[in-house]
Amino acid sequence: MNKTETIPETGRARGDGITISGLTKSFGTTAVLKDISLDIAQGERVVIIGPSGTGKSTLLRCLNFLDAPDAGVIRIGDMSVDTATAKRADILALRRRTSFVFQNYALFANKTARENITQALKTVQGYSKAEANARADATLRETGLFEKADSYPAALSGGQQQRVGIGRAMALDADLMLFDEPTSALDPEWVGEVLDLMRRVAEKRQTMLIVTHEIQFAREIADRIVFMDEGRIVEQGPPAELLDAPKDPRTQSFLRRVS
Amino acid sequence: MRGLDFDYMLGLLPVLLGYVPLTLFMAFVGMVCALVLASALAVERVFRIPVLDVFVRLFISFFRGTPLLVQLFLFYYGLPQVLGFLGNIDGVTATIMGLTLHFSAYMAESIRAAILGVDRSQWEAAQAVGMTQGQMMRQIILPQASRVAAPTLVNYFIDMIKGTSLAFTLGVTELMGATQKEAAGSFLYFEAFLVVAAIYWVMVETLAFAQRHLEVYLNKAHAR
Repeated sequence: MNKTETIPETGRARGDGITISGLTKSFGTTAVLKDISLDIAQGERVVIIGPSGTGKSTLLRCLNFLDAPDAGVIRIGDMSVDTATAKRADILALRRRTSFVFQNYALFANKTARENITQALKTVQGYSKAEANARADATLRETGLFEKADSYPAALSGGQQQRVGIGRAMALDADLMLFDEPTSALDPEWVGEVLDLMRRVAEKRQTMLIVTHEIQFAREIADRIVFMDEGRIVEQGPPAELLDAPKDPRTQSFLRRVS
Repeated sequence: MRGLDFDYMLGLLPVLLGYVPLTLFMAFVGMVCALVLASALAVERVFRIPVLDVFVRLFISFFRGTPLLVQLFLFYYGLPQVLGFLGNIDGVTATIMGLTLHFSAYMAESIRAAILGVDRSQWEAAQAVGMTQGQMMRQIILPQASRVAAPTLVNYFIDMIKGTSLAFTLGVTELMGATQKEAAGSFLYFEAFLVVAAIYWVMVETLAFAQRHLEVYLNKAHAR
């Protein structure tokens, strides 16, 4: 990986962080998110940990309306959306201020690696073809996949696909990058290269909200770790505090089980 | 029993080949129109737009549920009696209309199934990057669905080429109508229809050859 290559700055004005307040979500009669409130500062890297099925992924998916929240307010920079009454335009606006990295990569199967990155730049952000290609190529160099620019996802390894997936999100230069268990579907041999790329993203002080089971990785890059259980935020704090001296018995029990 | 009159057949061949362009014209225009209409119908069926959905389902039900020949007669002989402005609709136009409406109903169901077969992650990724529904359908979902639907759609196209022969019942002198006239003049029915059968067969086989190339093209993103 060539460490000198980076994606050019877009020079877009940054807001003052993200506020989530009173977010709730039920699937049928099952309450998955129960009154979630969370502030994230500009440039902060927040990792969410917790047992399976406690709503970590749903929280991420509610932030860009892949799942529609039942209630709650999401503020990103100067834009605030009341999720209960959000219109289609609000939803599009939220999605355009966030980027999302999927557990199963979710690369566009009919597009090459380069096209996966240029797609949204051209159709959503109004880049010309030449500008989009230049930005995609810079992104591919940064992710170490420039020589795979014309490959289709089916011809890439899981690790390579996820690096393109992260590149696609990076190129959007969003106010908030969401990572939904980005290494969980990977063969162990590919986990390292994906975590390396996420470290690079973190070094740029990109605002990140990450759901992961990689506790060591969380300790290394997180400014703050949030522990969720049964649809609620139980406890949060800097890695050293939350991982080494958890206060809540549920956090203690979870950390004993995963370490 | 008599032998085949090969000289007659050889002489008839170039005459009938002269009608191939009209047959292909009706089939190609019908196919393009049907593809566009069927895609729109299929997308509506996927999203089930209120009120519109009732009409689309009725449309598909009617055009799948009645014979093509009945539909052609309805358009050509029936409708002009009710709607005066259709009074001078010509047979070729009526045939193209009939083929378009009839086959779009079938194709809509194939395309709908192919759309629903596109993996959920593809829809979510398109939404997550902020694409509108139209952008998502045109650039991500429909291209992937077309790969799945292509073999079935080519089948309908083959059926449509053969379906153009019904234009002869609307008084159009196309391939089938021309053969009928030639045979009536020579009384060599077997030879005449053997020649026209061969012409249809070759047209369809040419299409099947093109289909193999189309499938290779559509599969290029999925080769390992």
